[in-house]
Amino acid sequence: MNHSASGETGSARLSMSIILRLSVVFIVLCGVIYPLVCTGAAQLLMPTQASGSLLKDDRGITVGSELIGQKFTDPKYFHGRVSSIDYKAEASGSNNYAPSNTDMLLRTQVSIEEWKKNNPDVPANRLPIDLITNSGSGLDPHITPASAKAQIPRISKLTGLSQAELGKLADDYTEGRDWGLFGEPRVNVLKLNLALQKRLNP
Amino acid sequence: MGILQMVVIILILLVLVKPLGTYLYHVFSNEGNRTDKWFSFAERPIYWLTGLRERKGMTWKVYALSFIITNLVLVAFGYLILRIQQYLPLNPNGIGSMEETLSFNTAISFMTNTNLQHYSGETGLSYLSQMIVIMMMMFTSAATGLCVAIAFIRAITSRGTTIGNFFEDFVKAQIRVFLPLAFIVAMVLVALQVPQTLEPTLSLTTLEGVQQRIAIGPVASLESIKHLGTNGGGFFGVNSAHPFENPNGLTNAIEILSMWCIGAALPYTFGLFAKNRKQGWVIFAAMMMLFLSFLALNYAAESQGNPAMNRLDMDSSQGNMEGKEVRFGIPQSSLFTTVTTAATTGSVNNMHDTGTPLGSITPLALMMLNNVFGGKGVGLMNMMMYAILAVFLAGLMVGRTPEFLGRKIEAREMKLIAIAILTHPLMILVPTAIALATSAGTDAITNPSFHGITQVLYEFTSSAANNGSGFEGLSDNTAFWNVSTGLVMLLGRYVSMVVLLEVGASLMRKGRVPETIGTFRTDNGLFVGILVGTVLIIGALTFLPTVALGPIAEHLTIR
Repeated sequence: MNHSASGETGSARLSMSIILRLSVVFIVLCGVIYPLVCTGAAQLLMPTQASGSLLKDDRGITVGSELIGQKFTDPKYFHGRVSSIDYKAEASGSNNYAPSNTDMLLRTQVSIEEWKKNNPDVPANRLPIDLITNSGSGLDPHITPASAKAQIPRISKLTGLSQAELGKLADDYTEGRDWGLFGEPRVNVLKLNLALQKRLNP
Repeated sequence: MGILQMVVIILILLVLVKPLGTYLYHVFSNEGNRTDKWFSFAERPIYWLTGLRERKGMTWKVYALSFIITNLVLVAFGYLILRIQQYLPLNPNGIGSMEETLSFNTAISFMTNTNLQHYSGETGLSYLSQMIVIMMMMFTSAATGLCVAIAFIRAITSRGTTIGNFFEDFVKAQIRVFLPLAFIVAMVLVALQVPQTLEPTLSLTTLEGVQQRIAIGPVASLESIKHLGTNGGGFFGVNSAHPFENPNGLTNAIEILSMWCIGAALPYTFGLFAKNRKQGWVIFAAMMMLFLSFLALNYAAESQGNPAMNRLDMDSSQGNMEGKEVRFGIPQSSLFTTVTTAATTGSVNNMHDTGTPLGSITPLALMMLNNVFGGKGVGLMNMMMYAILAVFLAGLMVGRTPEFLGRKIEAREMKLIAIAILTHPLMILVPTAIALATSAGTDAITNPSFHGITQVLYEFTSSAANNGSGFEGLSDNTAFWNVSTGLVMLLGRYVSMVVLLEVGASLMRKGRVPETIGTFRTDNGLFVGILVGTVLIIGALTFLPTVALGPIAEHLTIR
């Protein structure tokens, strides 16, 4: 179905046949071949990373992905950030509260009161904001080193491990900026709690 | 350290501009060079399969019809797949077919390089749809934008009679630019822990003994082209804030540079085509000045935090962390937000809805201006449009016939440019007004008071600018929002492209005016100032009232 839409001779014409064939070629190339080649190469060369960086315990059972946060409610464990989806990773998201949304202020005030109740040794003005705000993904696996440190007195009291020992543990699991430059220093809550669990049940 | 991270990324970008801009020039100059040899093994069979035996130049009308019809064919294909994905293979999680208006919105959204998402990838798309619809459109829409920009550059700079052949440009853009780059970036991202698998959602028991299901899939291959093609649609609902899409500071830097580099290199490519590299740098400098001002605004506002939260009894010295990820903190979030809206990508690594009111002026304003670097090619075209307008205004002020690149700017071009400049605000402000006046629109608002206005304004601004980021609190998966934003995305994408191609063709037909001592120079510092001034004045005249009603009013209520 070639027809001319150009009056000039010597220039290319509009061609439906080329358009259709070009579409098919690139649907196959970009939509099938490219992702499959990427999957094949990734699975072959870097199977661990390509499959979600899973963490296994001593018995070889998968306990999580090091990239995906988990919900911790036991006060003996380090807690992660607020997640409106309770770290249910079949989805992702947050409440998207505007800075002027009073629901967010209420939620934060409740968090602060709970903190005061559960952590009598650490005053609220040393409670870092990241610990009581909702991450963007609702799956944030990290907290700041300050947020880990602030929880140590509580965990020390409940587990009997000394504050110094817990402090060292938190330091061991503090990851620096990538290449010393990009991103922020952070503590992976799941990895830290796995190490803590090992200390408690050797 | 925060500012240093941003400076280093900007410096890496500056280093990339020249080699990448030169490479793009060689790809599209149609003069024989080494890139022909490297890629002919892949291009020859494609030319054979598509019947592209002779690749003669096109008139602007044929060029425009070719890319529009190609896009239409792909939209129809994408719509069909989304509607029947339930019955197709590669659907290990058993996801159902997509509803009509949402399919309409999604197909248009990805074909127009917008990637506004009214669905969540985890629950809305099968792996097949992620691949054959989403990734495919990420490649084809980016290539379309790049081709049109190159055709426009050829038109306003060439001495010849043709703006090129769309099909040849399209094949070259895919084979020589997007496919190889996307593969490399995807592999680097996998090495840095971004998953790439066809396994279904994982299921495991957490440390506290609760069942956790973790959505996964072919993420890295989507992530790379999502940024290289300034597409921006996430594999997961929360986009690049999801730890699988963007696991660390390094992937964040790579994603920022991926979405930024081609748009930033194009002014240099333009300079090479114009045989006046300084002209390219002038355009680049104007873009960078605007970029840095808006980056500073966002970074300052987010670091200072939300005044309402700062009054509570806690340590809020980190700044506004609601909706942000700890691994990025304020600096990497702020830079990402500014680049993604400047480059019209629309991916997000933090929730824009939760940003401080003053900080959220940055993404809004960059999408309203729509010419600071910009998506694949479109930003450069828009900036050139403002450059022609700036020349025209300056010419009027001193009473001289305006010229740009040795060609007279006359009534016909100015009328066309007026259409293009007015379409953008029209596509934002009119639908925003309609949405705010009807319950179909206001029912979607989830945050109270002035912020609700911003949610609506942001949605249409993002659609018209083909950005695709959102104030995601908006409950926008309804027939009203799917159809209205679908239409806005279509008009926002194609009207300015077609009109500017016509401007280019009109300029190309004119003879060159010899340069004299009286010629107004467009390749010096003065012109950078005039250009930035023109952009800001037009932008402020058009959009300041709505910005005052939204973010500024909200700020005044919580400060």
